[in-house]
Amino acid sequence: MSHEPATLEPGFRGVTADWSADKQAFPVPWGKAMMWIFLLSDTFIFTCFLTSYMNVRMSTTEPWPNTAEVFALTVGGHHIPLLLIAIMTMVLITSSGTMAMAVNFGYRRDRKRTAALMFATAALGLCFVGMQAFEWTKLIVDEGVRPWGNPLGAAQFGSSFFMITGFHGLHVTGGVIYLTVVAARVLSGFYDRKGTYETVEVAGLYWHFVDLVWVFIFAFFYLW
Amino acid sequence: MAVRQHDIQADAPENHSPAHAAAHGAHAEGQQHPIKLYLWVWVLLFVFSAFSYMVDYFQLQGALRWTLILVFMVIKASFIVAIFMHMAWERLALKLAILVPPLSLLILIGLMAIEGDYTFLTRLAWFAK
Repeated sequence: MSHEPATLEPGFRGVTADWSADKQAFPVPWGKAMMWIFLLSDTFIFTCFLTSYMNVRMSTTEPWPNTAEVFALTVGGHHIPLLLIAIMTMVLITSSGTMAMAVNFGYRRDRKRTAALMFATAALGLCFVGMQAFEWTKLIVDEGVRPWGNPLGAAQFGSSFFMITGFHGLHVTGGVIYLTVVAARVLSGFYDRKGTYETVEVAGLYWHFVDLVWVFIFAFFYLW
Repeated sequence: MAVRQHDIQADAPENHSPAHAAAHGAHAEGQQHPIKLYLWVWVLLFVFSAFSYMVDYFQLQGALRWTLILVFMVIKASFIVAIFMHMAWERLALKLAILVPPLSLLILIGLMAIEGDYTFLTRLAWFAK
C-alpha cells in the first residue's frame, strides 16, 4: 500500500497536483496501474477490430448474413434466435459477478471464499470457451463459413467473425489460466504471507475487461 | 486512499466485518464494498442483457433498434467499469488517464465510416456495370 499524505486534493486541482509533482502519479498499487494501462491498449486493439468490421460491413455490396438466424438454436422443436449467444452472455456476466465478489472477499482476507469464487469464475470462463468452440464448429463444419467466404452472404462476415470472437476467446482462455494460477496462490496462502490481496483485484480488472469487451461485441456483431 | 476509505464508509454503513474494521486502521487496504452492491449490479447486468436480447427477439428495426442496442450497451459497460472495476472510487487523475484516451477512437470510427461509405459507392459504380 502506498503511503499518501492525508491532504490529497480532490477534483481537477487534485489532477494537477498528482500529475505535476515529482512523485508517484497514481496512488494505487503499481500492478493495478499497469493493468489499467494494459487494458487501455487492449481497448485500442479491440476498437480497431470492431472498426474494421464496421468498415467492411458498410462497404460490402453483398447482403450481410442475418446473425439472429446464424446463431439460432433449436431446443425441443422450438427455433430460438440468438439463443447460444444469449446463454454465453449470461455465463460471462455471472463470471464477472463471482469475480467481483472474489475481490471483495480477498480484501477481507477470506482465503477460502476468495479461492472458491475465483475457481468458479475460471470454470464459467471455461464454459464460455467451450460454447464458443461449439459455435465455431457449427459455423465451420455445418454452415461452411470460412475467413474468405461463406454461403450465407458477404465474404467479410467470416473474417470479421473469426478475428473478433477469436481474439476475445483468446483473452478468455488466457484469463482462465491467469485466474487459476492466482486462485491456487490464494488457496496456498501466498497472499497472506505477502501481506496483500491486491493481485486478486488486478486479475479481477482483467476479467471484467473481458466481460466489457463482450458487451460491445454482443451489441455490434450479434445484435446490429 | 484515506479519502477513498471515508467515501466507502459513508456508502456502506451496514458493513461491520472485522477485516473491514481493520481496513480503517493505520494501514487501510484496498476496495471494501458491501456484497449487496455487487449482487445488485449483477442483477442489473442480467436485466439489461435480457433487454438487449429482447430487441432482437421482437425484431425491432430501424432507428429504435440502433438506439436501444446502444443505450443498453452503454449502461452495461458503465456498470462494469464503474462498480466491478472500481473506477467510481478511483482518483480523478486515474479516471482521466484511462477513460479519456479512448475518445480519440471516435475519430478513427468517423474516418472509417466515411471511408466505408466511399468504398461502397465506388463498388456500386464500378461493379454494377
